[in-house]
Amino acid sequence: MGKKILLEHVNVPGINTLEVYRQNGGYASVEKSLKTMAPEVIVEEVKKSGLRGRGGAGFPTGMKWSFLAKPEGVERYLVVNADESEPGTFKDRYLMEKIPHILIEGMITSSFALGAKTSYIYIRGEYFYVARILEAAIEEAYAAGLLGKNILGTNFSHDVFVQIGAGAYICGEETALLESLEGKRGNPRIKPPFPAIAGLYGCPTVVNNVETIAAVPYIVMNGGDAYAKIGIGRSTGTKLISASGHINKPGVYEIEMGITVEDFIYSDEYCGGILNGKKLKAVVAGGSSVPILPAGFILTTEKGEPRLMTYESLSDGGFVSGTSMGSGGFIVYDETTSIVKNLYTFARFYHHESCGQCSPCREGTGWMEKILHRILEGHGKPSDIDLLWDIQRKIEGNTICPLGDAAAWPVASAIRHFRAEFEEYINHPERITDVKHLQELVS
Amino acid sequence: MSNQVSGAQAFDKTQRAKIVFSDEALKTVQKIITRYPEGKHKSALLPVLHIAQAEFGGWLSPETMDYVASVLKIKPIEVFEVASFYSMYNLKPVGKCNLEVCRTSSCWSRGSEDIVKYLEKKLGVKVGETTSDGMFTIKTVECLGSCGGAPMLQCGSSFHENLTLEKVDTIVENYRMEGKQKSYTDLDYKNTL
Ligand SMILES: Cc1cc2nc3c(=O)[nH]c(=O)nc-3n(C[C@H](O)[C@H](O)[C@H](O)COP(=O)(O)O)c2cc1C
Ligand code: SF4
Ligand code: FES
Repeated sequence: MGKKILLEHVNVPGINTLEVYRQNGGYASVEKSLKTMAPEVIVEEVKKSGLRGRGGAGFPTGMKWSFLAKPEGVERYLVVNADESEPGTFKDRYLMEKIPHILIEGMITSSFALGAKTSYIYIRGEYFYVARILEAAIEEAYAAGLLGKNILGTNFSHDVFVQIGAGAYICGEETALLESLEGKRGNPRIKPPFPAIAGLYGCPTVVNNVETIAAVPYIVMNGGDAYAKIGIGRSTGTKLISASGHINKPGVYEIEMGITVEDFIYSDEYCGGILNGKKLKAVVAGGSSVPILPAGFILTTEKGEPRLMTYESLSDGGFVSGTSMGSGGFIVYDETTSIVKNLYTFARFYHHESCGQCSPCREGTGWMEKILHRILEGHGKPSDIDLLWDIQRKIEGNTICPLGDAAAWPVASAIRHFRAEFEEYINHPERITDVKHLQELVS
Repeated sequence: MSNQVSGAQAFDKTQRAKIVFSDEALKTVQKIITRYPEGKHKSALLPVLHIAQAEFGGWLSPETMDYVASVLKIKPIEVFEVASFYSMYNLKPVGKCNLEVCRTSSCWSRGSEDIVKYLEKKLGVKVGETTSDGMFTIKTVECLGSCGGAPMLQCGSSFHENLTLEKVDTIVENYRMEGKQKSYTDLDYKNTL
C-alpha cells in the first residue's frame, strides 16, 4: 500500500463531519500555521515540497504563490477551482464529497499564507449536492471559530464562500472562471495580466485546484521536505487518479507518484485489470485533452523502460510517443474500442464547449466534429485524414486559451497512432460493423 | 435585445404577478449578494438564475430574465448573455424530469448509447423532446464528472450511476410516482449560505 495523504481517513465513518475530522488530526495545520508560522515561511515550505498544481498544467504551486502581487490596501483572493469538467476526471468531486473539511482546512492555511481575507470555491453547477456538502462543512467551521473573525483567537479573519457554476467546461480555465465568478459569460481573458496581478475584480488572485489546496495541510504539518520525499524527482507527493473505462474497478485512487502504469492498470490495489479479461488497446492518461496512447506506448517508453505514473515519465517521448499527467483522468479502452468513434465523442465535446471567441477554435472544433462524423457514417474521403491533421495544426497555439490545444491534441495523437483505423473507416466502411477487427489494425 | 424588450412588453399583469420571488427565495438572494464586495453584486447572477429557474417552472422565460435583471439592478441583456451561455439554464420549457444522459468517452465506452436508445423507445420521444404528459425530457450531455460510474445520467441534482436497462426502468418509474419538478436546485437551495 502506498502512502496516503489526502484519502488516509476516507473510510472513517463520519469523516465528513467536523468532529470526526478533528479527531483524526484535522485542522491541526490551521492551529500551527496561524499561531506559529509567518506567511512567508508557509510559502517557502510549499516551494520546498515541490507540489505542482493538480488542475492539469502541473505548475509549481509555491512559485505561483510567490508571484502574487501585494500592493498596499488592495484585497487579495484565493479562488479554488472545483469546476472539474475535463472528461475522465472526477477526483475533486470524490474528495469534496467524502472529506469536505480537508479542502476548507487547506483554504484557511493557504489564505493565511497569501494574505487573503476572502476565498471562493467555484464548483460546477452539476455538483450541486457537493456544494451543499461543502456549505454544511463551512457552517460547522464557522461555528467552531475556524472561519470568520479572529480565527482561533488570532488576528487572522477569513471568509469562505461557495459559488456554483452553470454548465460550461471552459469555466475551468482560470480566467474564464474569474469572469464567471463576476457574473459574466465564461470567456477566457487575454493574458497577461495574469491573475496573480489582476484576477478577481481586478485584484491579485491565486487560482488553485481542489486537490492542490488539499495537500497544503500535510505540507504545513510535516514540512515541505517530508512531502518532497514522497514520489520521484520533480513528481513529488501523491496524486489522485480518476480511473474509468474498461477496467474492473473504476474509481478514485491516491497513488504515490512513481508506481508503474502497468501496476496501476493490472494490480488489484488499483484498476484490477481490463474488464472481461479483454486486451488493452489504448489509454487516455490525463483527461480528454492529453494525447491518447496505444497499449505499447503507455506501458513502455520509447527507450523500453516501464512507464511510470509521474509527470516526467508520462510525458517521456513528447507528443511522438508520450502523453501527459494532465488532470489525472485515466481512461482505459479495451481491444474492441473504436478509436475513431471515441475521438468523435471528444471532438463533439470540444466543439460544444468552445466559448467561440477565437475563430481557429470555434470553427476548427466544428469542422473536426463534422469530418469525424462523416467518416463514422461511411462517407469519409481519403483526404479527410490530412484535412483533420491540417485543422488541428492550425488551431494549436493560435488561440486565447489552451482549450484550442486541448481540442487539437486528441485528434493529432489518434491519427498518429491509429491511422490505419481511420483508413479502414474511409476505405472499407462496410467492414466496420464489427469493430472488433479494428484491433488488428493497431500499429 | 429587441426580442427581450418586446418579450417584456408582451406579458400581461397576471403573468407579471407570478414572476416574483417567494420571500424565502428573496432572502436567499439577499444573503448571496453579501458574499461579494460592495458594488460587485453582479457576481450573484449565476446562483440567482438557478434559483429563478427553480422558482419559475424549470426554465428561464424572457420575463423571468427581466425580473432577475431588475432584482440585481443590471441590464436585461447582461442576464440574457449569461443565461444563453451556460448549458444548465433552459431557455425553453422542459419536462418535469430532465433525464440527462452523459455521452462522453467514459460513458460512451460503457454503453451510454444503448441507454439513450432504450429511453427513447421507452418514453416514445427522441433526445431533446418532452413526453406529451410533460413529465420527461431526454437530453444528452457532456461529461458530468461521474465517469467512474459510467454509464450515468443526472436528473435534477441526483446522479444515477452504473446504469443498466433494468435500472433505467426503476429510475423512470420512481420519478413517475414522485411526479415532481426536478431541477438542479431541488436540493433545497433555500438553505444556501
Ligand atoms: C479549458 C480548460 C479547462 C480547465 N479546467 C480545469 C478544471 O476543471 N479544474 C482545474 O483545477 N483546472 C482546470 N484548468 C486549469 C486552470 O486553468 C488552472 O491552471 C488551474 O486551476 C490552476 O490550479 P493548479 O495550479 O492548482 O492546478 C483548465 C484549463 C483549461 C485551459
Ligand atoms: S481557444 Fe476556444 S475556448 Fe479558448 S478563448 Fe478561444 S474560442 Fe474560447
Ligand atoms: S464521461 Fe460520462 S460522466 Fe464523465
